[in-house]
Amino acid sequence: MHEMSIAQSILDIIFQESQNHKVSRVLSVSLKLGELSAVQSESLRFCFELLSKGTLAEGAKLDIERVQVTCQCQECGSKFTVQELVFTCPSCNSPKIDMLSGRELSVESFEGE
Amino acid sequence: MTLKIPVVRDILAANERLAEDNRRIFRQAGLFVINLMSGPGAGKTSLLERTIDALRQEIRMGVIEGDIQSSYDAERIGQKGVQVVQLNTGGSCHLDGNMIKSSLDALDLGNLDLLMVENVGNLVCPAEFNLGEDMKAMILSVAEGDDKPLKYPLMFQESRVLLINKIDLLPYVECDVGKMRERALQLNADLEIFEVSCRTGEGLDSWADWLRQRVSDRKAELDGAKT
Repeated sequence: MHEMSIAQSILDIIFQESQNHKVSRVLSVSLKLGELSAVQSESLRFCFELLSKGTLAEGAKLDIERVQVTCQCQECGSKFTVQELVFTCPSCNSPKIDMLSGRELSVESFEGE
Repeated sequence: MTLKIPVVRDILAANERLAEDNRRIFRQAGLFVINLMSGPGAGKTSLLERTIDALRQEIRMGVIEGDIQSSYDAERIGQKGVQVVQLNTGGSCHLDGNMIKSSLDALDLGNLDLLMVENVGNLVCPAEFNLGEDMKAMILSVAEGDDKPLKYPLMFQESRVLLINKIDLLPYVECDVGKMRERALQLNADLEIFEVSCRTGEGLDSWADWLRQRVSDRKAELDGAKT
């Protein structure tokens, strides 16, 4: 539901970087979205399309890479992908774990001319 | 010619910076700040009223009320005689660092020990935006069901405290509190859980004690830093 503000933040980044790199038209934008981030891809595309109208990013394609939730156990050190939202170590059952990925919300790169 | 430009920038970085600014301001004032989140109708405002009643003799409290529209909640809290400011997000589903920053001028922070921010009623978006708070606390009422941790994982992950509210309704609703606790703890083993009823007052003493301790820890930190 907050995809609108996320889309605006993406555009802010794109406008800034376009100026730095003398890009006058943006063709595509690559994003990383963690599976745990509360952002829906389709809704984000819709908001981006809406907000980018009349700007140098109008018509730009969003390439969205979803990133799995992975963790590392603080006790036994094993790394694992979180299944069905259970945040305990599957090897030793410890609840003391660090999240390695899954919260990403970043602009990785963009293509322009 | 088409250029590929590597960026690698956090989309929420602008909000994070503002949240950090707020955090610095709160620390300087020796304030403990909680960001209270829940779905609509889980009992955020009722919990605030109860908390104010329980702690008003010993702790100076202020409230930032976040709502999409109306000043109804701020009026409710204002009747308690504490500092309150109403933020209307005008459609936005969550509070962000900038909104909090803009509301701080309306509060006399030097005369507060505890600032409670009531976020917009929503179990999804508020979890993604830091405000500069010390901790996030969430309310889930038994009427909403014990399956909510499975559906809204981020909020449970981000919260330090879970208040299970409306336990007086347990005889009338299909909700297994044991399951609710288990599912919440699977997402976040460090969650502090309180079972309360803002209607009857049950369980609220433990919550008030816990909060009192956090506020006094913050004061001790501030005094330690001065000496």
